[in-house]
Amino acid sequence: MINGNPQLDENGVLQHLLTTEGLPASILLHILDTAESFVGVTERDVKKIPLLRGKSIFNLFFEPSTRTRTTFEIAAKRLSADVINLNIAVSAQSKGETLLDTVNNLSAMNADMFIVRHAQSGAAHLIAKHVRSDIHVINAGDGSHAHPTQALLDMFTIRRYKHDFHNLRVAIVGDILHSRVARSQIHALTTLGVPEVRVIAPKTLLPRMVERLGVHVYHDMAKGLKDVDVVIMLRLQNERMKGANLPSPEEFFKYYGLTPEKLALARHDAIVMHPGPMNRGVEIDSAVADGKQSVILPQVTFGIAVRMAVMSILAGNQI
Amino acid sequence: MQLPDAEILLKSLAKKIRSEGDKDFVLVGIHTGGVWLAERLHQELGVTQPLGTLDVSFYRDDFDKIGLHSQVKPSEIPFEVEGAHIILVDDVLYTGRTIRAAINELFDYGRPASISLATLVDRGGRELPIAAQYTGIALELPVDKMLELKREENGKLSLNLYDKRLPE
Repeated sequence: MINGNPQLDENGVLQHLLTTEGLPASILLHILDTAESFVGVTERDVKKIPLLRGKSIFNLFFEPSTRTRTTFEIAAKRLSADVINLNIAVSAQSKGETLLDTVNNLSAMNADMFIVRHAQSGAAHLIAKHVRSDIHVINAGDGSHAHPTQALLDMFTIRRYKHDFHNLRVAIVGDILHSRVARSQIHALTTLGVPEVRVIAPKTLLPRMVERLGVHVYHDMAKGLKDVDVVIMLRLQNERMKGANLPSPEEFFKYYGLTPEKLALARHDAIVMHPGPMNRGVEIDSAVADGKQSVILPQVTFGIAVRMAVMSILAGNQI
Repeated sequence: MQLPDAEILLKSLAKKIRSEGDKDFVLVGIHTGGVWLAERLHQELGVTQPLGTLDVSFYRDDFDKIGLHSQVKPSEIPFEVEGAHIILVDDVLYTGRTIRAAINELFDYGRPASISLATLVDRGGRELPIAAQYTGIALELPVDKMLELKREENGKLSLNLYDKRLPE
């Protein structure tokens, strides 16, 4: 808990993965390098290794999610851990149990790791501070704060296709304001040495003083996409569309939806990424989503290897 | 202590495999020293099948004690393991635990027809019932010493003896 980063122990060793913010490049790269080896495992006939045999990993999802929960579950199972899925939105909490009581109960069942998804920013931090020192916590998305494993799998995908971070222009497009994915990506990209990170969004979907994160702000797709190597589209959440931030999905698509015409402004070998689930016809045109430059499905595949890497590094970093 | 010349041991190891290994075999090196050795044997013996490499970090039995190795390399097995005669190659054979891990990993790729073991130095000290079929030399070494293969920039292999790093 020294140096204000609850993810690291006093020796700078990773104990929890809560956010990409404040993590040194060496730790991010170690995760990416380790994930390379797990890609090989996931391509074999037997996609399972005995590394986390006997460990109990609890998927604590206080907010509904299918894809992220499933990829964590697959990752844990391929490491031979026992996975327990708890959909807490519909169980203990509705009976009035507090977050920390839930965690205490599960710790008493000899949990080794918690994967936490919560609508409240900071929930995973709270749990990480509270648990016994031999329990590791991975943030699988907290409010609009952070989603570090998504950002890491995005970094892994970028490195796979672009090989080096130091000469890239990366544009993140869409609802930056509510996006925990965007925040985690920005921290990871700047730490890994990407010289130019752009965000492209209407003013109403940008956090105040977003420039302080070290990004260049664009409100116009044509300018923002010019000569970029990587285009990351964000999901426009349906519930946001009803608010005052946006006129209508159609209008959003017109200005900020990624069409083949707009993509043509980026470099000819630019890759297109999306954390999923996609809203076709809202933030991305089907012709782009299914097109040659799309690496959206490889992102999903790499996501498993990256999560295996994070879990095994954490489980191995015992105090 | 005078250590034997790794290049001479390599030649004699290659000779043994050539004369005794009558079957159609493939070579699999264990990272890192075993891969260097396997690359040289692959060349020396003119094996036509590509070389396989294993990083046994995911199969080690000391994960709970020391965690994940800091630099895990991908394992690459570019041939069908099912039905293959495999010669595992490692630089130094000691406790046998690395070889146990490597055998487990190979079986996750398929069921080989046979696995044998080639090592440059057998330093004794076995903790598991594992033996090498092809050995460059057998050396008894004190437990506080660590023997490692090194590769120079020109590709030349040499053996080096260290004091064992004690756990902090």
